[in-house]
Amino acid sequence: MHDFTPLSGLAGGALIGLAAALLMLLTGRIAGVTGIVGGLLQPDTADRTSDHSWRIAFIAGLIAAPLIAALFGAPLPRPAMNASLVVIAIAGLLVGFGTRMGNGCTSGHGVCGFARLSGRSIVATFIFMTAAVVTVAIVRHGIGG
Amino acid sequence: MRFLASFLCGLIFGAGLLISGMTDPRKVLGFLDLFGAWDATLAFVMAGAVAVAASGFAIARRRTAPAFSARFLWPDRNDIDAPLVGGAILFGIGWGLAGICPGPALVNLAGLSLPIVVFVVAMLAGMIGQNLFGKNLWRRRTMAPRGVDTASLPSRADG
Repeated sequence: MHDFTPLSGLAGGALIGLAAALLMLLTGRIAGVTGIVGGLLQPDTADRTSDHSWRIAFIAGLIAAPLIAALFGAPLPRPAMNASLVVIAIAGLLVGFGTRMGNGCTSGHGVCGFARLSGRSIVATFIFMTAAVVTVAIVRHGIGG
Repeated sequence: MRFLASFLCGLIFGAGLLISGMTDPRKVLGFLDLFGAWDATLAFVMAGAVAVAASGFAIARRRTAPAFSARFLWPDRNDIDAPLVGGAILFGIGWGLAGICPGPALVNLAGLSLPIVVFVVAMLAGMIGQNLFGKNLWRRRTMAPRGVDTASLPSRADG
């Protein structure tokens, strides 16, 4: 193993869980990033006007987190990525299309779905985890690992 | 109040992603790479997040309404249908290619690096494309016989 950071992982994870718990307790919503962003892009949402402000606020909070950290000296996140821009664009399309089609991503299905013990979300999480593991195995090690 | 609460939740969520290291695609791919130098951190992130979220949800279940809204919008579906499976497969492939999922993509947007901007634009295009075409195609093929369409109910989404 390299770069294994279980303590900061647990602490950061706990904050993610706290955010999901608070969003439900305060606004009654599931903290699923796909659903929150996707709801803004949906042309036929019935509750559009009353609904948009909390979604924009949550997204603004996500983007503000590293900006506030930068005020205290943390570098802005500019992650190194090995994939070419074409592959990154394809990946982005697949992530956007797939998460909307499957009604959720790592936060909605993975964190909130597991926390609710939702069979749907647990199945979805195992499927996208497996698909991702297989994809990485093919990209990094060639077909067949 | 709801706006401020939602902003604070996004802020805490983003801080959690940063502290856990999950905004770094190398750490995410390190977890997904079972056949390489495996980095188990993501499992600890999930464990911490699920434990705290489940505790908070248990408190919420005992209440009649959230603090700043009329009602709790719990997802109410438990069927496992083809879009769930197909969407999860497509998402997983994209996640494995780049090591980025929607939450970390938005947090990383603050750094305005070219790969992240490309990823987020493509992701939004994918979401819009699915909204415009995916559901219609699907509905025409498999959901047309159903009399009741509940698509506009917000609680229908899982996340």
